[in-house]
Amino acid sequence: MNIETMKRVTIVAEAVIAERIQDDILRLGATGYTTTKAEGRGSRGVRASEWEGRNEKIETIVTPAVADELLQHLSDHYFEHYAVIAYAHTVDVVRGAKYR
Amino acid sequence: MSALELVQLNLLSPAILCFALGIAATLVRSDLRFPEPLYQALSIYLLLAIGIKGGVALASGTGEGMWLALGAAVLLSAATPLWCFPLLRLALRLSPADAGAVAAHYGSVSVVTFLAATAFLHALGEPFEGFLPAMVALMEVPGIIVALLLVQRLTGGTTHWAESIRTVVVGKSVFLLLGGLAVGALSGEAGLAKVDAFFVTPFQGVLCLFLLEMGMVAARRFGDFGKVGAALLVFSLLMPIAHAALGIYTGYLCGLSRGGAFVLGTLAASASYIAAPATIRLALPQANPALYLTSALAITFPFNLTVGIPLYYALSGWLY
Repeated sequence: MNIETMKRVTIVAEAVIAERIQDDILRLGATGYTTTKAEGRGSRGVRASEWEGRNEKIETIVTPAVADELLQHLSDHYFEHYAVIAYAHTVDVVRGAKYR
Repeated sequence: MSALELVQLNLLSPAILCFALGIAATLVRSDLRFPEPLYQALSIYLLLAIGIKGGVALASGTGEGMWLALGAAVLLSAATPLWCFPLLRLALRLSPADAGAVAAHYGSVSVVTFLAATAFLHALGEPFEGFLPAMVALMEVPGIIVALLLVQRLTGGTTHWAESIRTVVVGKSVFLLLGGLAVGALSGEAGLAKVDAFFVTPFQGVLCLFLLEMGMVAARRFGDFGKVGAALLVFSLLMPIAHAALGIYTGYLCGLSRGGAFVLGTLAASASYIAAPATIRLALPQANPALYLTSALAITFPFNLTVGIPLYYALSGWLY
């Protein structure tokens, strides 16, 4: 079995911008992502809209280069005004080509 | 009916009592929670039901008076930010983004406040025009767009215009109201009779459940009062009264019935907390949600529901 090292980027964002971030992820070179509803508490404390629902946790496995670009993009466009956190882990995956 | 009796009639209606129950649940930290899909389902039901009923009325509508009233309602909601924005800027010293965000919420309307107002008229036995739900749908959008234009004129910043306008126009709330109107208008009385048992009879009961949840949602924001400041608190209580007077007078000039003018007044007095917040969050991310959400949802909404509705009805008595 061929194991490769990739990056898993995890983003937790308020629901109102989740769709926009998902588009960004694909545009920056990821081949897919997984979302789950998330709840919690952060430094902002205020959610934009009850109607928009809970926060979303978006995970994507990408190459280290795409991970850097993605984190930079989130930092440039979202961190200042929106409730978003993002972090990256190094992960071992099989079928590495699937994520390129 | 005396003012006290009007207040009593409103406060002791099941819907408003459920709203109070929701507030109480949050204040005593009850473990009562609505599952999110239920909240979504209830709002979809209410919006579609109002749309369908309004559409049927629209199809069997009464010519000129109706279009005049609908046009006036659109103009009123578009014009509201024109005085709210400078007032918030100059008197309350809010930043352009914050002033625009609050003005957008007061330019748009609250569907649930509309429902409470029509439930109040039902309880009074006061008739009103059937096309009023169309008015709700038409009044949701213009105020938001005008407020965004005002901010952009002042700051020159670029907004994600296409995405923001799309959010509000095809957003669930306007989409379901307009869609419901189309369904109602095309299927007519005969069509409504088929779905009557689902969309008409249980309506008030569903509204009670929804208001129970809204009470909890509003009360969760009570903790943000401190962030709002006294000036915005006064704005959130007095502006609705001024807007209601303007709306009632507009309705009167357009030849609406007393019930219709009262509903237009209540709509003008209401502040959006469904369509506007999502749009504003995308278009004006630098605006502070604690300001616009707390004033619209935690101050103006409960005020309109409890004191505002009987007050505006009494106000309409001066003209009718």
